[in-house]
Amino acid sequence: MSIPVVTVLGRLTLAFLAAAGAITTFAVHAIRQTARPPYYRREILRQMLEIGYYSLPVVGLTAIFTGMVLALQSYTGFARFSAESAIPNVVVVSLTRELGPVLAGLMVAGRVGAAMAAEIGTMRVTEQIDALTTLSTNPFKYLIGPRLIAGVVTLPILVLIADIIGVLGGYLVGAYKLDFNDTAYLRNTVDFLQFEDVFSGLVKAAVFGFLITLMGCYHGYNSKGGAQGVGMATTNAVVSASILILTFNYFITEAFFAR
Amino acid sequence: MASPKISLHGVTKSFGTKKVLQGIDLDVAPGESVVVIGGSGSGKSVLLKCILGLIRPDSGSIKIDGEESADLGDDGRARTMKKFGMLFQGGALFDSLSVWENVAFGPIQSEGMDPARARDVAVAKLGAVGLGPDICDLRPSELSGGMQKRVALARAIAREPEIIFFDEPTTGLDPIMADVINKLIVKCVSDLGATAISITHDMASARKIGHRIAMLYDGKLIWQGPVDEIDRSNNAYVDQFIHGRAEGPIQMQVRKL
Repeated sequence: MSIPVVTVLGRLTLAFLAAAGAITTFAVHAIRQTARPPYYRREILRQMLEIGYYSLPVVGLTAIFTGMVLALQSYTGFARFSAESAIPNVVVVSLTRELGPVLAGLMVAGRVGAAMAAEIGTMRVTEQIDALTTLSTNPFKYLIGPRLIAGVVTLPILVLIADIIGVLGGYLVGAYKLDFNDTAYLRNTVDFLQFEDVFSGLVKAAVFGFLITLMGCYHGYNSKGGAQGVGMATTNAVVSASILILTFNYFITEAFFAR
Repeated sequence: MASPKISLHGVTKSFGTKKVLQGIDLDVAPGESVVVIGGSGSGKSVLLKCILGLIRPDSGSIKIDGEESADLGDDGRARTMKKFGMLFQGGALFDSLSVWENVAFGPIQSEGMDPARARDVAVAKLGAVGLGPDICDLRPSELSGGMQKRVALARAIAREPEIIFFDEPTTGLDPIMADVINKLIVKCVSDLGATAISITHDMASARKIGHRIAMLYDGKLIWQGPVDEIDRSNNAYVDQFIHGRAEGPIQMQVRKL
């Protein structure tokens, strides 16, 4: 006997709504707890170092190759219309608006979101989170708050650095491979760039930083049952953060640029 | 009996359709050490976590010093928590922190003690459980199981709690180390004058650390009494458990081969 399609659809919808509700409740509780003292400054700094500083190599490499390939690909396309002069502009606008925040977000989701879910998940299954509570320390303030703050603060900085490195990648390919005049390339880059291009990218970065750390914390905090549970939490954290990044990316873009 | 330190009445808790606690009544007097025995999965850990407020019971009343635990807000809960120390089954040491930071965690985070002084407190507490200052800067993962248990014990007593819980303190230790831990528990509890609840299925440990024993079976406390009366309880369930017999009124759910 086959299960009717409607039943399956209904079940999926209910599961989706339940998860969305649980995550929203978790997020509201986390923000409330984070806003009120005590603040664990040392933990916040530690997480900023972990999320921001140690992600620099990964994000930097992603950015430079993205900038390079953008210049190369747009050249092959634009040369057909003799529109090569638009390349610097295309590179900088696509990087600052879209590729910088989205690619940095996805890389950090893989690197940091996974580690976070694994660490908090292990703390859950080894009762370390319960131990925190018995030592009069609220796990939301001590574990989750510092991660959320660090995510929201460091992602925009990371993305700004990624933007700069990406443009450098495009410039290197433009000037040394595609025989652009190097001053003209840089002037074109700066002249066409608008404040909104960079700003919208940084807003996205802050939102992505929140989503990545929220998913890492949520799945870690609610993980159950030993090594397998922690593994599942890790996977779920990365997958859900990636999907949320791509979804929110669309809506933030629409909010900024749709006329 | 003086007014009880911990008082449970009609506490129930279910997970889904599984009824884990079905009406627990238990009074623990100040300075008394009660050991709750029972098989694996009988709900011993859930009972402790309900008293600590880590799990909210479905119904019933849990009073600590006469204060109803369910009525406490966040602040009240944090204040009550200061009365508690808990030794977790696996130690539950924070593996991102060094040994002394683990022991000093309570004093530093909840009492705002400055780290230099807290380190001295940590060294003193480690000394009380027979560990030297040389392990202070090691990570918990670098210690043996028995040492981890002792560090966890030092952390549990670091804030000099009025109430200490021990969750299977001897599980996973060799018999000699288990006895070392039992002796430390007895010493720490009497030094602090603390009230203690331990859960275990190790009868040697139960006899050593308890004044009173209560047996949890099928979500209820089916017997309680002083330690020296456990051998003449006239309760078939208790007899089967303390002698570790597979045959008896308690049927393990094992499929026939």
